[in-house]
Amino acid sequence: MEAKSIIKGSAYPIRRSNIDTDQILPAKWMKRVERTGYENGLFEIWREDSSFIFNDPMRSQASIIVAGENFGCGSSRQHAVWALRDFGIKAVISSSIADIHRGNLPQEGVLPVELDQDVVELIMAATEANPKVEIEIDVTNRTVTCREAGVFATPFRIDNASHFNLIHGYDPIDVTLTFNKSIEQHESSRDPWLPKCGPEFV
Amino acid sequence: MASPRTLIDKIWESRLIDSKPEGDLIYIDLHLFNEVTSPQAFEGLKLKGRKVRRPELCMATADHDVPTGKLELRLIDEIADKQLRFQQMYCKQYGIEHYPMSSSGNGIIHVLGPEKGLTQPGMTIVCGDSHTATHGAFGAVAFGIGTSQVEHVLATQTLRLSRPKTMSVTLTGTPHSDATAKDLALAVINTLGTDGGTGHLIEFRGEVVHNLSMEGRMTLCNMAIEAGARSGLVAPDETTFAYLKEKERSPKGPLWDLAVAYWRSLATDPGAQFDNEIEIDVTGLSPMVTWGVNPAQSVPVGSKIPSPESFETKSERDATIAALSYMDLEPGISVSDIPIHTVFIGSCTNGRLEDLEAAARVLSGRKVATSVRALVVPGSASIKRAAERLGIDKVFSEAGFEWRSPGCSMCVGMNGDVVPPGKHSASTSNRNFEGRQGPGARTHLVSPETAAATAVLGRIASPSDLPPINKKEGK
Ligand code: SF4
Repeated sequence: MEAKSIIKGSAYPIRRSNIDTDQILPAKWMKRVERTGYENGLFEIWREDSSFIFNDPMRSQASIIVAGENFGCGSSRQHAVWALRDFGIKAVISSSIADIHRGNLPQEGVLPVELDQDVVELIMAATEANPKVEIEIDVTNRTVTCREAGVFATPFRIDNASHFNLIHGYDPIDVTLTFNKSIEQHESSRDPWLPKCGPEFV
Repeated sequence: MASPRTLIDKIWESRLIDSKPEGDLIYIDLHLFNEVTSPQAFEGLKLKGRKVRRPELCMATADHDVPTGKLELRLIDEIADKQLRFQQMYCKQYGIEHYPMSSSGNGIIHVLGPEKGLTQPGMTIVCGDSHTATHGAFGAVAFGIGTSQVEHVLATQTLRLSRPKTMSVTLTGTPHSDATAKDLALAVINTLGTDGGTGHLIEFRGEVVHNLSMEGRMTLCNMAIEAGARSGLVAPDETTFAYLKEKERSPKGPLWDLAVAYWRSLATDPGAQFDNEIEIDVTGLSPMVTWGVNPAQSVPVGSKIPSPESFETKSERDATIAALSYMDLEPGISVSDIPIHTVFIGSCTNGRLEDLEAAARVLSGRKVATSVRALVVPGSASIKRAAERLGIDKVFSEAGFEWRSPGCSMCVGMNGDVVPPGKHSASTSNRNFEGRQGPGARTHLVSPETAAATAVLGRIASPSDLPPINKKEGK
């Protein structure tokens, strides 16, 4: 994955809390075995409503979602992140992003940005008022700037592990494989009663 | 002396391989798969030329896509068919234990782990599915992961994670005798909110919790994710050991005694600190039902639907307005007045034998209302067989329920089993999200007992709302 340092763009403000992954990408899309081609599934049901923000022609270039709290709750489906990524979303701003989704977003290079609710509110209001308002996210230094909202280099929260892989563009598996010795050591001392699986049990 | 530790700390530290500012590297003892979140992970592994590190710690089943109709098991479409073929192919290629559709060992992944004895105290268990929390009932750290993490575990048998915070949720008091584990779960989520547990692993504590059967504990832990928590756990005790004894994959002989001694040592030490501790008094708690589009939006059966103004924060008020509009409900009406079209008993929350028995007790000698379509879907093929041995299938069929084959069925609406658009369902599953049970479906989450009573009356009702049976053969 490419290393990330700055993300810049206009926004889709969605003033709604608890946006679950079934809304981000309906379950029927989970039957596919591919990793790409999910853009048409993004908010598929909500997009049927012509007044939904994703249908605003003034925002066709937007690349950042600003949403209410507990974004991405529910199902663990990483397909939801594939849909965001394929649609061109680069970052999600919310006061809280649900645990599994927060871990899934950076796997596809989409930045999870958690800010205090009052800061999210400022950005939300500014981007609602003007579709062209720009948000600039300094990934390396973990800050957000949105001039029109009066937000200047405000620090955001992100898990250290996600941040580390994003800014370096590392493949987490490659990083972990460098710990092979320690993993082997753990494996040699596992409790003898721990269960085993295998085709022979079927 | 070592400082007192929680159950969660003890498990986490025993699996810790490396600790860095960017997270802890922990070993995974069991990796479970369904067919929908793993194909891309296997493909990724193959593209990079990597191997499955520990196929003997992996188990797979097909549950989300599989049709559950009785006579003819046919897939609803070609893409699902391809997905199942991919799973079969990869499992074969890598030597992974796999229970394909219609096989005698098939079932919902979170039902299979425990019933085969694969889920044991002290383990770390992951699956590309948020309801992996279910396995926490045994005192295991069990949580859902995304597809990239599935690939990571396949390749390394580990995960690098920020250490979750610990939360103790102690249930006190005595609930009403009609209240079930499902009602406790809904009450806990109602109190914590949908994100009250975010970033945490929850240990459920207190006598009410330890009085629950293993099935009840699984129902409770299953829904911890609906409060935003990674998972819920219950410390292993005699109930846990009795459940595990003689299970196919449980330790045998001298290993059993060693294991039990270790499992006993896992309980949270007196005086151990949690990052967060809350107590919920469940005195008098009665059967619960959701009225909205997230599992926190619930009230006791028989009460009124709240008005948006009754909530404190603007975001809750907005959420209530949106929910009532989707559900087409008016504040102030009684939940008991909502006409129910579909009743679904099943899922990894409430599709185990004990759940089916409880619903059957309510249904025995009664009939499903003519306006209702009711279906019961056992959580696994072995539960289906066990229920048939006990004659429970007859109780359901005679009452007017469809007796179906195992799978996720109407919990997720991607296998052909759906609630028609605009109709209300009473469902023993775990999510009442918009469209979860099919486009436009309006879901009310309830316990199996409430689902059964609701099927009989055609409106949301608890067993105590049912008129007594006069027929002689009625029990
Ligand atoms: S029954 Fe429902 S919640 Fe459980 S694994 Fe299947 S789809 Fe997920």
